[in-house]
Amino acid sequence: MRKIPQQLIPLAVLFIVLLGVLVVARQLFVPKTFGDLGHYRATAVDEVAAQPAAYAGYRVCLDCHDDIYQRKQLSSHAGLACETCHGAAAAHATGESDQLPTVPRGRDHCQLCHGYNSARPTGFPQILSNMHNPGEACVKCHDSHSPRMAKGNGECSACHQMIANQKAVSSHMSLDCTDCHTVPIDHATQPRVVQALKPNSEETCGKCHARGSSAGAEVARIDMAEHGGRYLCWECHYPHLPEAKL
Amino acid sequence: MNIAMALQSFFTELPSVTGYMYPNEYELHWSVLIVVYPYLTGLVAGAFILASLERVFNVKALQPVYRLSLLTALSFLLIAPLPLLAHLGHPERALEMFLTPHTASAMAMFGFVYAWYLMVVLLLEIWFDYRQHIVRWAKEKKGALKWFYSLLTLGSTDLSEKALAFDNKAGKIITIIGIPSAFLLHGYVGFIFGSVKANPWWSSVLMPIVFLFSAIVSGIALMLLVYMVSSMLRWKTINMPCVNKLAEFLFYAILVDFSLELLDFIQRLYESEESIHILSQMISSRLFISLIISQIILGTIVPLVGLGLARFGRMPDEMRRMIYLMAALLVQVGIFATRWNVVIGGQLFSKSLRGLTTYKLEMFGIEGLMTAIILMVMPFIILFVMTKLLPPWSEGEKDIPVPPKPHATQVGQEA
Amino acid sequence: MNEQHGQKCDFVGMDRRDFLGAVARTVPTWLMVTAIVPELLAAEAGSPDEKYRPEEHRYAMAINIHKCIGCGRCADACKTENNVPREPVFFRTWIERYRVPFEGEAVVDSPNGGIDGFPTEDHDSGTFKAFFVPKLCNHCSNAPCVQVCPVGATFTSQDGVVLVDKDYCVGCRYCIQACPYGARYLHPTEKVADKCTFCYHRITKGQPPACVEVCPTQARVFGEMGEQASPISRFMRFNDVTVLKSWLNTDPRVYYAGADEEVR
Repeated sequence: MRKIPQQLIPLAVLFIVLLGVLVVARQLFVPKTFGDLGHYRATAVDEVAAQPAAYAGYRVCLDCHDDIYQRKQLSSHAGLACETCHGAAAAHATGESDQLPTVPRGRDHCQLCHGYNSARPTGFPQILSNMHNPGEACVKCHDSHSPRMAKGNGECSACHQMIANQKAVSSHMSLDCTDCHTVPIDHATQPRVVQALKPNSEETCGKCHARGSSAGAEVARIDMAEHGGRYLCWECHYPHLPEAKL
Repeated sequence: MNIAMALQSFFTELPSVTGYMYPNEYELHWSVLIVVYPYLTGLVAGAFILASLERVFNVKALQPVYRLSLLTALSFLLIAPLPLLAHLGHPERALEMFLTPHTASAMAMFGFVYAWYLMVVLLLEIWFDYRQHIVRWAKEKKGALKWFYSLLTLGSTDLSEKALAFDNKAGKIITIIGIPSAFLLHGYVGFIFGSVKANPWWSSVLMPIVFLFSAIVSGIALMLLVYMVSSMLRWKTINMPCVNKLAEFLFYAILVDFSLELLDFIQRLYESEESIHILSQMISSRLFISLIISQIILGTIVPLVGLGLARFGRMPDEMRRMIYLMAALLVQVGIFATRWNVVIGGQLFSKSLRGLTTYKLEMFGIEGLMTAIILMVMPFIILFVMTKLLPPWSEGEKDIPVPPKPHATQVGQEA
Repeated sequence: MNEQHGQKCDFVGMDRRDFLGAVARTVPTWLMVTAIVPELLAAEAGSPDEKYRPEEHRYAMAINIHKCIGCGRCADACKTENNVPREPVFFRTWIERYRVPFEGEAVVDSPNGGIDGFPTEDHDSGTFKAFFVPKLCNHCSNAPCVQVCPVGATFTSQDGVVLVDKDYCVGCRYCIQACPYGARYLHPTEKVADKCTFCYHRITKGQPPACVEVCPTQARVFGEMGEQASPISRFMRFNDVTVLKSWLNTDPRVYYAGADEEVR
């Protein structure tokens, strides 16, 4: 048998010791539940799940504030949870904290949803703050637990609610649908067969917006011949919310 | 970007952003330390591959730098994990990478590649190579040094012809194992970046290979520098065949490296995927100085021309040495810029491909410039100590001849 | 052939009766159901008293871009619920606004993640269309962050939620680099990776995630995959859904309806 070279013996010992240290360290330091469910510490899942919740959930609010909830559910705010406006209330619900949930009363809060923004879905009720009763608190006119759209054009808004919503907050709010649209009687019973007509000439807009029209002084006037060139009015302006730029 | 904007971005809280970044991307997550890390490992791999040229491929001209390369590789390898460690949010948990390595993670393999390279390749090779000297020093030296060398022998004091032959053979086998290991060490660093499919600047199959060749470039340039400077400091003549060979290899390595980088660049430009707009915007604005000027012009083209002229042209040796030295320095700047462009560049653009952010290099923080500089100086200190303990110099080196009379007294005073 | 034909007729006849009956039954039911989505959501996750069994669940979220009004309540609630640092560079969920001009690149912004709303002064008349896109961790089935974590500190739980073990994370940030969606950040004080957990502490107790709870327009739907009647299954059936960056094969569990090709 060939003799093992002398150099290899201490090296072998050294490597075995190092491997041994690694094995022992693994035994000592790898967390107990590591690898039970996968390549991770199984107890970490429970630790994440143990985090306390700050938002109680609207069902908890019902226990005490059922009356408000019922009223809200009949309004256009039915889809809102209480904590959307009032903030996290778990501490209030459990009694851990004496601090009451916030009651936002300023215009800024309502504007987070209802301020005009071109990226919001068409038909979502939006206002231009500087034109919509500037300076007044929203809650002065609107009950946030039972907000209602301005009435009017009741017949049309039964189907065209989105458009009605939008028009209601625009400077065209006082116009009737029939001021611009021609609506045959049968449109109400057979809407797809007998269609309402949209304006087909700029004359319709010109009734108010042309120079020399008899409309009130606050209505913007333009030179019908010059303004907009070859484009028609509604190619740039949205008649149901003319403040919005298309 | 004009000066006013640059100043403003320097003093304002958030980095200046053009276009859109995902909000979590405003701040860079990998700092200058992660630039230093692949730079250092590249030097390790490059220096080792250079050493293996002498040992395995019998390039005799490189004999004067063989041991020096091994010691340099070791000094840089010892420091290489430090920038990573300093960068971790929880350095005290670093050993988890050894305890519960996630086999799917490129980074988890770092621990093992590193340990393999350090323990099995470099330390063993150096040990076998120096063993007969260590045994001799253990007998000759006095006091603490005697203990030190005795410990290093690991009790293996056999100096018989058979044992020495075994040392030689083992060294050779380890070098042969070492070459793929060095490729692995740095190729894998490239893979850490190249495998991130979320990042179009990194995600490339060529990444490991480009990393590898830039490592070889940086390693050869480093050895050229270390050898020339150390010879001058020790007042020894520089072995011209050796530096000529080094310069030649450096020239070829740069050529291959540059071709690969160009290939990658042309491929990206030609494929023109959706990321091309934001990437070209990044190159022409945020990375202009570090990529176009530092990496390509100063770090590649100028050294390439210089080395080509000096190696293959006719000129006096002093001139040649001067050019080699400058070229090696520029290559270091260029390779550092390469690492910077990969690591920092990969984070300057949004993964939404819609915007660019800026990196603000802090000065004194744990992830700042000072730490980076300290980490890059430390290997040289370790190397200095190591050359004292394990002198790598070859026998028969000549002192620099004393210049003619008029200066003789001056030199005498200095010495 | 004839026989077959006869059968087919029969079948059609039966089918029509059935169909009308089904319509009579389902339409009001469906309307009711959509009106009480929150109730249904909470009810289906089981009562909180029962022991939670993760292997019986497979969660997903769906987002209807047409319904999102960009109010930012979800991003705000998320920060409160999960103690996310308030600085504008750390978000578990955020809202992006896309404004596509008539010509050229879409303009995207997300000031403070949308928490304070989106400025309207600078909306230009050159905008062709605009919309909001809520973003969050996609809880990928084939998650790149899980793949690259060197120590097993981020993982997919049995119920399909990607979680971070903050007592084990070393803070190397490789997962942050690997996430194609920018959904992760390094927690500035805890120095570990952090991201959306689908409010794991809530969903395991039968509550919806905080962002879903506060969403005023039900633009976010959360629930169980693979259950016929779950809100999410219904959402998937009635909408054309996509996932973000599908070409990266991350297989997200967050689905989008109405996502424009500009969304990425």
